[in-house]
Amino acid sequence: MASSTALTNDFAAAPISLRRRLMDWTATGAAVAAVVLVLAPLGAIFGYLVYKGIGAVNWNFLTQIPKPPGEVGGGMANAIAGSAYILMIASVIGVPIGIGAGIYLAEYGRNRFGDVIRFTADVLNGVPSIVIGIVAYGIVVLRQGHFSALAGGVALAIMMIPTITRATEEMLLLVPNVVREAAYGLGVSRWRTTLSITLRTATSGVITGVMLAFARVAGETAPLLFTAFGNTYWNWKINEPTAALSLQVFTYATSPYDDWHRQAWAGALMLIVLIVLSVTAVRIAARRGMKGA
Amino acid sequence: MANRALGAPQLPGPQPVAKQEVAGETRVATEALIKTGGSEVADGIFRYAMLACGLCVLALVGLIVYQLATHSHLSWQAFGLKFFFQSAWDPVNDEYGALPFVYGTIVSSILALIIAVPLAIGVAVFITEMCPVWLRGPLSFTTELLAAIPSVIYGLWAIFVLVPLLRNYVQPFLVRYFGWTTLFEGPPFGIGMLAAGIILAIMIVPIISAITREVMTAVPQQQREAVLALGATRWEMIRTGVLRNARAGIMGGIILGLGRALGETMAVTMVIGNRPEIAKSLFAPGYTMASVIANEFSEATGDLYLSSLVEVGLALFIVTIIVNIIAQFLVWTVTRGTPARANG
Repeated sequence: MASSTALTNDFAAAPISLRRRLMDWTATGAAVAAVVLVLAPLGAIFGYLVYKGIGAVNWNFLTQIPKPPGEVGGGMANAIAGSAYILMIASVIGVPIGIGAGIYLAEYGRNRFGDVIRFTADVLNGVPSIVIGIVAYGIVVLRQGHFSALAGGVALAIMMIPTITRATEEMLLLVPNVVREAAYGLGVSRWRTTLSITLRTATSGVITGVMLAFARVAGETAPLLFTAFGNTYWNWKINEPTAALSLQVFTYATSPYDDWHRQAWAGALMLIVLIVLSVTAVRIAARRGMKGA
Repeated sequence: MANRALGAPQLPGPQPVAKQEVAGETRVATEALIKTGGSEVADGIFRYAMLACGLCVLALVGLIVYQLATHSHLSWQAFGLKFFFQSAWDPVNDEYGALPFVYGTIVSSILALIIAVPLAIGVAVFITEMCPVWLRGPLSFTTELLAAIPSVIYGLWAIFVLVPLLRNYVQPFLVRYFGWTTLFEGPPFGIGMLAAGIILAIMIVPIISAITREVMTAVPQQQREAVLALGATRWEMIRTGVLRNARAGIMGGIILGLGRALGETMAVTMVIGNRPEIAKSLFAPGYTMASVIANEFSEATGDLYLSSLVEVGLALFIVTIIVNIIAQFLVWTVTRGTPARANG
């Protein structure tokens, strides 16, 4: 705190022994060292992603599907599309349920029962993604009899719901009650108030929450391993195994082929770029929409 | 405010709601106004639709428990509790014991905590107490960026950058100077328990430091001023005035980090070596509960094989749930508004 620094100077009139002063310096040095040690891997990861990835992203990479193992060339076009496809399925399932549950908690759930749901959402948030994969396998793959894009979408949707729920609730609670009362006073019904006034006011916050959830699941690999499963060809059927960028990066990174390693870096770079792009696009769109309203 | 308690620790947002609680009479008036809105049927439908969404969250957790329990039934019948104390993992003879995975999960997570905790607390202390105000925002944003990188990218980076680094520089160094501890024995492959622990540490630092920062900020400013007024140096102020008051919450952050480390899958799978063995050396390859599921689930042929993998998943689920609940409770004790010990 700025004020505390000022206080140090004012009150340190009494002489402080060298030992204590040394201790203070050491602690400061240690804290700075910790910051440097934590930022170093971050820099290294982004540096390598750009350095190794940029060179490997080219037209073929973006437009072709993978070549058979060991052959040079090919790309990840189907995986990029597959990731978008699975994420779309996940959003279609997860976003409405998440926002709905958030509305329930904020508008009707200020009681014991609401606490139970809140607590459950937090529990769900902490479930390891690989376990979610097992569950999606149980409820979709076993029933259908084969791996599918739908199963991958369901797994990611389950992971999105608690994040969206809690963020929506938090944002709706920030809307002052006066706003709701004003709407009631004009004779607007309660559901209409919630949707057109309260939720509308909180839109940008809710969208931020949704994007957080989206970014969190966009790079997920573990829950897709035995749900979407991966595919070396194009697939647009909801009932068929589908390639995903993260799965492809995993497969290529652990393969013995140099060309696949190169593509794994490119895929990882694409993954980060896609996450950042989609998050910023939705943010900008949301801001435009808010201005128009 | 008490009814928000359980969720409060995770989202530090402002909490103006309580102050706007509608007073008794106003509430009645509001209720009357809502009634004259005239669409009670639509309101009812909307309410139940939202309730259904809320129930979905409950149902999902129920579904997870149900799925894991029914699908692991076979393995539970065959091995019982012995499952977790047996080290044979032999799909050919249908013999399954999860001990190597339990061991690998615990050791890699503890290793990660040993590395991550001092760093995370250091970062939090620097950001909240030492750094200039203009640097505070960018610095917390940057450390939080670490949490946004997908697990598989950490794994990729670990395979091609961290592992060679360990193999060529760190491991020979450890063998030469710390070989006597017998923790660093065997050929330095790079891949193995040590690599898994380090990559996990990098991944959980942002979680621990975010929570630590949050609980340190929750310590009242008067605490700092009081300690400083007694003539303390800045470090003494941080140690006695801040860290001591926030220690329950910091513990909560550490346990939350542990929960994340236990369940982390991809990055660990890519560097731990994936061999179901229990070795004392940190250079040796290992296997974790999450990575055995990741590697073998889609190829598991027999019913008992699959069931055993699900049982590993069930155990992982139960442990992470317990760990997360403990962590949230600890964080809540600090951030609920009063310091853990008023006389601290």
